[in-house]
This record gives sequence, C-alpha cells and structure tokens, in this order.
Amino acid sequence: MPKVTIDGKEFEARDGQSVIQVALENGIDIPHFCWHPGLTVAGNCRMCLVDVEKIPKLSIACATTVSDGMVVHTQNEKALKAREDVMEFLLINHPLDCPICDEAGQCKLQDYAFSHSRGVSRFEEEKVHKEKRVPFGPTVLFDAERCISCSRCIRFGEEIAEQPVLTFIQRGDQVTIEPYPGTVLDNPYSMNVIDICPVGALTSRDFRFKARPWDMSFTETVCPHCARGCNIRVGTRDNQILRLEPRPNPNVNDFWMCDMGRLESYPPVNAETRISGAFLHHKKVSLDDAVQAIANALKKYRPEEIAFIASPYASVEDNFAFLEVAKSKSKIVGYFSHHAGENDKLLIRADRTPNAYGLKILGINEFDSTIKESLKTGKIKMIYALEDDFVSQGVLSLDKIEFFACHATNESKTTERADVILPAASWAEKEGVFVNFEGWAQRLNPAVETTHHVRGLDHMNQSRLDRFASKFDRWAQGRKIDALESWQLAEMVGIHLGMKTNHLYTEDVFEKASSSVAGLAGLSYEKIGSLGHPVAGIGKEIKMSFYREVYQQNTQDHAEILEMDIHAEA
Amino acid sequence: MQYRSKYNNPKPNRKLSLWEKLYLPEIARGLLTTIKHLFRPKFTRQYPEERWEAPAAFRGRPVLVMEENGQERCVACGLCSRVCPPLAIEVQASETDLLKERYPVRFEINMIRCIFCGFCEEVCPEEAIVMSKDYELVYRKYDDAIYGKDKLLTPKKDLKDRLEYLREMRNKT
Ligand code: SF4
Ligand code: SF4
Ligand code: SF4
Ligand code: SF4
Ligand code: FES
Repeated sequence: MPKVTIDGKEFEARDGQSVIQVALENGIDIPHFCWHPGLTVAGNCRMCLVDVEKIPKLSIACATTVSDGMVVHTQNEKALKAREDVMEFLLINHPLDCPICDEAGQCKLQDYAFSHSRGVSRFEEEKVHKEKRVPFGPTVLFDAERCISCSRCIRFGEEIAEQPVLTFIQRGDQVTIEPYPGTVLDNPYSMNVIDICPVGALTSRDFRFKARPWDMSFTETVCPHCARGCNIRVGTRDNQILRLEPRPNPNVNDFWMCDMGRLESYPPVNAETRISGAFLHHKKVSLDDAVQAIANALKKYRPEEIAFIASPYASVEDNFAFLEVAKSKSKIVGYFSHHAGENDKLLIRADRTPNAYGLKILGINEFDSTIKESLKTGKIKMIYALEDDFVSQGVLSLDKIEFFACHATNESKTTERADVILPAASWAEKEGVFVNFEGWAQRLNPAVETTHHVRGLDHMNQSRLDRFASKFDRWAQGRKIDALESWQLAEMVGIHLGMKTNHLYTEDVFEKASSSVAGLAGLSYEKIGSLGHPVAGIGKEIKMSFYREVYQQNTQDHAEILEMDIHAEA
Repeated sequence: MQYRSKYNNPKPNRKLSLWEKLYLPEIARGLLTTIKHLFRPKFTRQYPEERWEAPAAFRGRPVLVMEENGQERCVACGLCSRVCPPLAIEVQASETDLLKERYPVRFEINMIRCIFCGFCEEVCPEEAIVMSKDYELVYRKYDDAIYGKDKLLTPKKDLKDRLEYLREMRNKT
C-alpha cells in the first residue's frame, strides 16, 4: 500500500493506481480531458499536469503510477502555469461556438476556461477552419473545429463498443477525426461517445438544440427498455422528456447505456397517444365509474372464467397490489414475457422488459400453454391486465374474451379492444422498484409531472424554469397526463371488491411487499438508494465507485455550482 | 439620520405661527407661486400628439435585430433568457441549414415580466437583442403582453442609434 502525499495531505493508495485516481478518490480535482475512468489511459491532452517532487519535469497525473513516498503538488505555481498554457494551446484554434454549441453549460473546456486559464487570448491570427456538421452515423454529428483530439471517442469504439471505425487523420493543427472509408459509426452504443466527448464536437442528432442543460430538470431513474436496467438521468423541460443520459453504476451499466434505450424509451411518454383519464367502452368516464365497472365484472364472472395478466413492464409495487386483487378472485395469474434478439456482450438483454425478475420474486409465472389455450377457446371470459401491449406483440388475441379491462399508458391494439381502460402512469412518472435480470433492485423516480404528481411537492428535481413558472408563462404549459400509478388503480378496484387496502405512498406498498415476500426481505427504499441493492438470496457485493461523484454530477447542479463560484469570486 | 430629506419628513406637530394661523395670507402665497409658473416656459407636453424622442441611451422595450436579408441575428443561445432576472424571455432553438446552424423558432418576451434592466442586451454574444426607444406598451389581455418574433424583429436601420451607442460604450472600456 503506497502512501502518497498530494497537496500536503497523505493518502493511502492501492497498488497500480495513478495519481489522478488517488486524487479524485480523495476529493482533489485534477483537471483532465482525455482520461476517463471507463477507458484506457491515452495521456494526450496534457491537461492533468502535476508537479511530482524529484521528477524534474511535470508529469501527467493520469499516466503516473503512484509509488510509496511520492509527493505531488497539484496547485503549485509550476502546475497552475502549465495548465494555463495547455488551455491557451487548446483554445488557439477552438472556435467561438459556445452560443450555438449543445455542450455549453456542461463543457469541460468551458469550465476549465473559467477555472484554469488566463482568460484572454494572445492569438491574433486567423483560426484554422475545418468541417462542421459531419454525420458520423445515424445518431452522431461531428464538428471538427471543436474537437480537442482527446481520442476518447476512438478508444470507446475500440475498447467498449468493439466497432473501431474512428481514427485521427492529418497532423498538427490540421488533425481531425474520420471514420475509415466505407464505415459508419452505427454500433448499438454509438451515442455514448456524445456523453464522453469532453467538448461539443460530438452532438446527438436526436437532441440537437432542443434545450440548454441549465433549463432542464434532471431526474435519476432506471431505463425501462430491457432487463439490464441501466441507470439513467432523464432531462425534462416544460414537462417533456428531451433526452436520456447514462448515470454511472459499476454494479449495472458502468458508464454506458445503449442507443435503443436512449432513443426508444422516452417518445411514448411524450406521445400524443397517451391515455389520460379513464375510459369505459371508449368513452371518457370518471375513474370511479371505470373502477366500478371492473369490480362489477369481477363479481359477475366465476373465478375460473377470469384471468389476471400481470406485467413485467410495471414495477414491483404495481404487480404486488395487482396480485393482492387477483388472489382474492382467481387462480389464473401470470404474465407474458417479451424477448427480441440475443443478449449481447455489453449490456443489451434479449428480455426487453425491465422487471421480469421482480415478477419471479412475487411468485408470478409466465403463462403456460394450457392457460394460453384456454384464453383462446373461450373458457376464460374476462381478463384484467396491467400495462402491457400483448396484442400488438402477437402473444394473445382477445377475440373470445367477453370483458377485457386493462391499465394502459398509451393507445395500442390492446386498448382498442378494451372495455375498460384505466390510465397508468408511465415509467417516467412514477416511483417504484424494478429488479434487473441479475436480481439487482433499483428505484424509479418520477421525472414527469402528472395531474397527481406535482414537481414542487413531490421532491422532484426542479430547474429554475420549473421553480419560478407561473400559470401565465407559456414556457410552463406542458401537458400533464391524468394518470395514476398502477398499484393505486389496482387498490381502487380492490376497495370496490371490499378489500381493505389504504396505502398512501408507493413506499408503503413496497414496505408491505418486503415484509410479506421472502425475496424482498430486508429491502427498503432507503437501502436501495440510488445505486440499487441485490435482492435477498443474491450474494452480490455492492461495488461503490467514487467516479460517480465526479462523473455523475447533475448538469443542472453543475451550472448552479459554477455560478456560485463565479459570484463568490466577484 | 443626516440623510433624511426635508420633503419626506416634515417636522410633526410644528407649532404654526400667528401669521400662518390667519390662513388667508398663506393662500395668497400659494396663488402667487401658481401665477409665477404661468409665465415660465412649459415643461409638460401634449402627449400623445406631441411625442418624445428618446436618446440612444434610453432603455425601452428589448427588440431583436433583423438583418437586411430579413433574418434575425439571434442564434438562440438562450443566454438572455438565462440572465433575465424576472424570467421574461423564452427562447426555443432549432436547426437551420444556414452557416450559423442554430436559430430561434420561437422567441417570446413577456412584457409584463420585463423590468427593462437591459441585461439581455448586455449578455448577448451576437448583439442580437437591443433596447429600443419604444416606451409605449399597452395591452388589454395578458396574452397581448407576450411579444413574439413578429413584434420583436426590428430592421437594423431603425436601431442605428442604439447599435452605434453600444459600440461607443464598448470601445470606452
Ligand atoms: S470528438 Fe470529442 S471525444 Fe472525440 S477526440 Fe474529439 S474531443 Fe475527444
Ligand atoms: S442496455 Fe437495456 S437498460 Fe441499458 S440502455 Fe439499453 S435498453 Fe436500457
Ligand atoms: S430588459 Fe431585463 S427584464 Fe427585460 S427582457 Fe431584458 S433582461 Fe429581461
Ligand atoms: S442572447 Fe442574443 S443570440 Fe442568445 S438567444 Fe438571446 S438574443 Fe439570441
Ligand atoms: S488527462 Fe492526463 S493527459 Fe489527458
């Protein structure tokens, strides 16, 4: 265990760690561009220069391995001067693009220009001009002028996505990045290069210019698009989801997420097809009437004529409350799983539902063939289902069903056929727990307001715009769906059937579930926290990562912290 | 306390002198003041027939500069919206094929929120939003007070005074 002294304080390091790792681990920020905790060390930006005693020249902190007794200065005159010079060098040909650049507000170069540069340019010659808006592939645009040649994107392609298509060409001030002739950047993880690019050289074709980071509210939650459950942040403005970005979690997704999850899971939440309010025979009715209709039907049919379909898209709480209702009525409870493609090496799972493991824990199994058969033959006359579009996915037809009630977030082939539709909050509008395929329980947090979830009251993250909007401001008129979390709807049906359930919060439902279901024993919202927690019986250790602190900082807080710094200096 | 103005703070309960108590002489004194002003030059004007042309330094309602080709200068960076203390400005950016890549599809200033501080003009990196000489702001409905691009875009030639003034000020520092 080497002992290192950084800026006068002694720290214990692990063998083989680099100076930058030890520093960041202990809360000392060494500015850096090319180093990324998820990639190999390149050491080409020179921003992380520090002064190591007994080494005549400055060393780069990212490629200097610590040794016992090493004394490092990150803040002495020599190191500060070197950083200023590196910044000046990087800014020589950097365009004055901040006003039109999507990275502005979360850009390392911009931040360091505040904190580590002399503040004025001595360069009077004309800047080198290069190509702008070059498509690298279907998802990513490249701006050659803004690139600082850190090679993070190249290393990501080589080491993580295993699609090494990008490379440097030319040299000196002409250097730029190009895909090899005849290739495009189109791997399933391509958009991660946008997140790791420390500047705005790589921008998202999907997001471009939709909003400034400081105008968005960011919410930490979980991707609902496959059984991995990557940790994500949801960026909203005016109650619309504008983008998703990965949130580091060494236990689940490291620093990454896939393009499919990033691009496909949010449009349904914003879509025009959302179900808002309850429907009875496709006419809007009060929620109470709709719930009453379901309860009446549940009373009308005999238990063996009723099937309950749970959903791997819904949370543990939703399914738990639904199961309570189901158990009181019928023995036929199950769910349909939805698979597509293959598991890949990195993240994507063939199981395209986020909570199949959660259903397993609750004791809900996939429907077997006899039940599937009886659903077809008309033996079963009534179905009550949680949000799941099994009709479009072709696993079930409802032709022989007399009464079909469902919870739904969006209009679909399934709701087309429904006698009663109850409006369910989508994954982005609710609290809850998803358990991923490895048994890792993770929490969902509401990012989008419904008429029942109010940003200010429900501790949802608020951007400045959200905080100070009045009802007269046009920038605050975003749509709010009239929908409830599925467990609330299920409990309402239960109450109409004479059950005694009166949970107030989603957390209460989870508490009840964890006290009665063996697989959830010992879990609580607090314990699951933002990193997740393995469910009972999964002997996994929780990996903590200090890089979360550095790499997870909310862009919105980030803007505010920076602003406070500037005010403090002034 | 020495800053207390004599106008704002007349001594309370001052004892009136006999002369003042007589009342009529004070009326005469007041009338005399009025009559004196009859013969002095006027400093009011017959608004709205007679209008006042504001100097270049005046901070009237903020407007967007429109180039000769009819395009706005604004690149929808959102800095004015960020700096605006009462959150009066809303900018929605979008992509254009023009060289500058980015433009505002929607640009609205809520003139009821605006406090005419001029911060938006000061922060704008493109000199795209400037304070005009327009001080005549009347609305009947709340919605009328939200000015969109149609009302904000002003030809550059009409803003010559202000643009020159800004340049002059910048060169001074
Ligand atoms: S595009 Fe971004 S990530 Fe890639 S080398 Fe340039 S600055 Fe680095
Ligand atoms: S791998 Fe799965 S959980 Fe992760 S982002 Fe993609 S779809 Fe979402
Ligand atoms: S003048 Fe001040 S208050 Fe009015 S729009 Fe500009 S920044 Fe906002
Ligand atoms: S600061 Fe200037 S360029 Fe930026 S949005 Fe406002 S008016 Fe447009
Ligand atoms: S971070 Fe060390 S050289 Fe780039």
